[in-house]
Formats: sequence, C-alpha cells, structure tokens
Amino acid sequence: MAVTRDDVLHIAELARLGVDAARADELTKELSAILAHMEVLSQVDTANVPTAAGVGVGGTPLRPDAGVPSLTIGTLASFAPSMRDGFFIVPRLATHEDSTESGA
Amino acid sequence: MSVDNYTQLGAAAIASSVRAGDMSPTETIRASFKRANEIGAGPDQLNIFLHANEKASVSEAEEIQKRVENAADVGVLAGVPIAIKDNIASLGLPTTCGSRILTGYVSPFEATAITRLRANGAMIVAKTNMDEFAMGSSTENSAFGPTRNPLDVRCVPGGSSGGSAAAVAAGITPIALGSETGGSVRQPAAFCGVVGVKPTYGRVSRYGLVAFASSLDQIGVIGRTVDDAALGLECIAGFDKMDSTSSDADVPIYRLAVLGKPARDARDARDPDTEAMRIGRIPVPPPPPPGETTLRGVVIGKPKEYFPDSLDTTMKDVCERALDRLRSMGATIRDISLPQSSLAIPVYYILAPAEASSNLARFDGVRYGLRVESGKGLKGMYEATRSEGFGREVTRRILLGTYVLSAGYYDAYYKKAQAVRTLIADDFRAVFSSGVHAIFTPTTPTPAFPIGAISDPYEMYLNDIFTVTANLAGVPAISVPIGRVRRLPVGGQIITAHFDEYGMFRVAYALEAALGKEAHQ
Repeated sequence: MAVTRDDVLHIAELARLGVDAARADELTKELSAILAHMEVLSQVDTANVPTAAGVGVGGTPLRPDAGVPSLTIGTLASFAPSMRDGFFIVPRLATHEDSTESGA
Repeated sequence: MSVDNYTQLGAAAIASSVRAGDMSPTETIRASFKRANEIGAGPDQLNIFLHANEKASVSEAEEIQKRVENAADVGVLAGVPIAIKDNIASLGLPTTCGSRILTGYVSPFEATAITRLRANGAMIVAKTNMDEFAMGSSTENSAFGPTRNPLDVRCVPGGSSGGSAAAVAAGITPIALGSETGGSVRQPAAFCGVVGVKPTYGRVSRYGLVAFASSLDQIGVIGRTVDDAALGLECIAGFDKMDSTSSDADVPIYRLAVLGKPARDARDARDPDTEAMRIGRIPVPPPPPPGETTLRGVVIGKPKEYFPDSLDTTMKDVCERALDRLRSMGATIRDISLPQSSLAIPVYYILAPAEASSNLARFDGVRYGLRVESGKGLKGMYEATRSEGFGREVTRRILLGTYVLSAGYYDAYYKKAQAVRTLIADDFRAVFSSGVHAIFTPTTPTPAFPIGAISDPYEMYLNDIFTVTANLAGVPAISVPIGRVRRLPVGGQIITAHFDEYGMFRVAYALEAALGKEAHQ
C-alpha cells in the first residue's frame, strides 16, 4: 500500500523528526517504493505460525537480585547538554505561556 | 620473530612473542600506528579511524609491559593492538556511532567485550568508522564521510563495520571488533579480503553495544585469518550478568578446531591443560597437515536459493572452487533448500527499522550528545535535535519503523514479519536436524562496488541478501576469503547450528588451509 504525504508528516511527528516540504515529498516516494517490496509477505500463509520477537535459545539466565552501582551526578554532568542541581534541564513545553529555552 | 614483520603476523604469534619477551607491547602499538600513518588511516585519506589517541595507547602498552615483566598471566592477546567499531562503548575515546547526534560523547562505562579483550592483554588503537548507527552496507552513511577500501580506494569497504574491516585489511591491527544486525561484519570482511564472524545470538554480551535492533544485534570479530577471528571470539564470548540475553553455555577453545576433530573429541573444559591453553600459559597444538581426512564425516549443505541463475558466473566459479576444496578435504557436499530465504530482506527491513525506531528514541537532546535549541519549546527542541543529528538513512529507517508499528499497519507488516521470521528459523532447524553440519554460500552477491554507485535504498539493502538470514535465525556464520573476482576479494560463508561455532571454525580452518594462496587470487 502506498504511503501518502500526510502519512509521512504524521509518522514524522510521532518520531519527533522535523521534515520540511521537499523532504516529505522525497520520503513519500522512498517509503512507498520500499514498502512495495514488503507486499510479498502478504502472500505467505502464517495462520498457524507463532510470531518470533527474538531468537534467544536456551532461556534467559538469571543474575543475583542485587543492586549494581549507578552513574554519579558528576559523571552525568560530563556529557549532559544541560544540568543543574543534579537535574537535566529542558526547554519548557511550548503550551506554557513562557516557552523560553532555558526552562529557568 | 621481529616487529618489523608486524603487518604479516597473526594475533597469536604477536602475543606469544610478547609473552616470551621477544617483542614489547610498546613496539607493537607503535608498529600499528606507524602502519596507520603509512596507509593513511586518517580522515583525509582512507578515513578508517574516527578517534585515536596514540599517547593513551602507548600508556596502555606500558601497563601491559609491566604485567609481562612481573610474570603475570598477561593473557592470550598480550600486546595485540585491536581496533573497535565506534558503536561499542569505550573508556577514554569517544563513542559516536558515526553520527552527529553523539558528537563528542565519551561513554562513562565500557562494553563487556572490550573489558574482556583488555583482560587478555589487548590494547585499543582506535575507534573505527561505520555507517551511522550501523545502518548501511558501505560505510557511506557515516556522518564523518565514507571509508575507502584499502584494496581499491575507489571502492567501498562494505558496511556497516567498514572501518574495522579496512583496519584489518590494511594491516593496522590483526583483529577488530565490529557489530552485526544483518551482515555488517561478514559483508565488509568479504569486501576487504579478511575473515568476519557473527556468533550465535546470545554468545557475546551486548552490554555497551549501542542498540540498533536488539533482537538481532551481536558483536562480531574481524580477523586477518581464521585463527585471529577464533582467538578474538574466544576472548569475548560467554555469559555476562549485564546482558540478560547472553547465554551461559560453555565456550570451547575455538582455536582447537584447527586440529580438524569433531567437537565431541575436543578437550574437556575441566582439563587443566585446556585452561592453561585458554589463558595462554601453554600453546595450542599445531595443526596437522591438511588432508583428505580433515573433514571426513562432515556434511556441507549447498542451498539452491543462494546460487540463483542471476548470480555472476565468476562469483559462482570461485564458490565452486571452494566447494571442490572442501570435498578434497573429505567433506560431503549435499544440495539443500532454505525455501523462505527470498523473504528475508522484506522481513529484516520491517523488523530492524521497527526496533530501531524505538531504540533511537533515546537520542533526544536531553541526557547526552547533541542539543539544538529551536525557540519552540520542548517538542521543538526534540525535532530540531533529531532532524539535525540524524542523517538521511537513519531518518528513513526511523520513519519506516514508526510506520510499520503504527495503528492500522502493525498486523500487516510487523506481526506478519515476526511470523515469517519463525519460518526462516524453521528452515535452518530442518536442515541442521537432517544430518547437515554446515551450510556454504557466497557471502555477498558481488564484490565491492565503487563509492557512490548505489543510490537506491532498496538496491543497497539487497547487499545483505545472503547474510541476513543468519541474523534472523540467530545462528552463527563466518565469511572467509575464497578468491578474487575482477581483482576484488570474494567471501565464502559457512553457517552452522546455534552455538556450534566450534564446528563452523573447523570447516573455516580447513577451507583456509585447502585454498592457501588461492584465497587471495
């Protein structure tokens, strides 16, 4: 089934990806072409076939139910784009009256 | 043995010389950087390295030297320089996954595979270039520019572990780590004329491997020879409490597969000599001369779906020569069928993007990596960061994955693909339960192609057509050089049943020995 431009804009919003008009047109064609190759799967009878979420064989070994060390605030601050008082700082939600970037 | 011959030495020979005091770790690390400079591993030439710090590597070598001088058990990789794909978390060097969105990110923890390599005496030379987030088959999708194939700089090295395969092919390191989701170790190994192994899903811990598609991802090993790959995998395999999908199955000494004996005749893991061999205190016995009994009793399947009429005749000829050599070693070649193989690419390119769309949601500009302020609040920051941080192929796959998981399409695409994945895994189970010990196929449909030659996304996806089934089924597979077509390397693939890496290496060692120089002609 062909993907529409509205589909692309909708899934881009779901995926939190900004897509401009020209790129939306390109992606509409690209995704439709790729998905056309997937249609072959609809011909396969899978009525009695279980789905496979993974291929792990031999079960999942358990580890002792004990805590492990976690990262320190200092470590997090070494790579976080913005931190203050041990918290990640993000911009305010745009729906708030003041949507300035600092969030302060 | 002299460090002057560094580029010709295998990892086991280097480690043995270092332990014997004939060579020092500082000499081997300097030899590695010297070779990198000679060949042009930097960004303006082959573009193999993304991050390297010679001074830090030399310091690491000096630490290994102290262990040697103190007569400690330095390990089976004592003083061996190793390159690491840039999606495997390392201490001290950045981990960017070839993406702008992780520019400058240095991991605060280390992948288990790297910890185990270091524990065995290995030294990290560099983090290598790759397709962004491992999405690609040519290393052209790196945000930091493509890597060039050392054997022909006009061509791609394959991908996504193209930098790691190129590092080994160029003689910079005898071993490199890569990662596989659909063939990203085996395909570049084939394109660069080296050995690449993808272990059974669960054989190697994924802790510290940046997730692309968690039900498919595995760390793999690229080596100059089968022995390098066997030694590298032996060091990193085994249960890790930090990865709930890692297996607690015993890890044999894969290097003993060189003796050509079945796994049941291999050494008992509880034997003291076996343990001494594992840590390098005593050497693995030398291989017997290859002969017509080396693979006696081994049945190798030749699946018709991997030798279609459309396959280049010169590729077919090289594969037939390899099959002849296996036959001459005593193996029986049996025609088999893996009937669902043609469905593997559609299945993979639904499941992998679906998992990626979830895994890559974490890159949002909040906790690490790039942040792009938009002036439009939190949602605007998310969109600006991800749009600027991700390249075209990653964006395409996130959208594809979001689409196949979205309401109305989930059953038709994602759930359907999961069911067909079961059928593909059933194909392998049926073959391996019918008396076939290993399967032989070409690793890729063609040799390396010129940079920029493939622009259509689906045409690029078809590069994975012979490798992706092993990932979907979770079985181990190895690519071994078997010859040249139009002067470019060609790989032959050996696939075995879950956790039978030993059997896989047995066939690979034998094939390498039987081909000899033909493997690179």
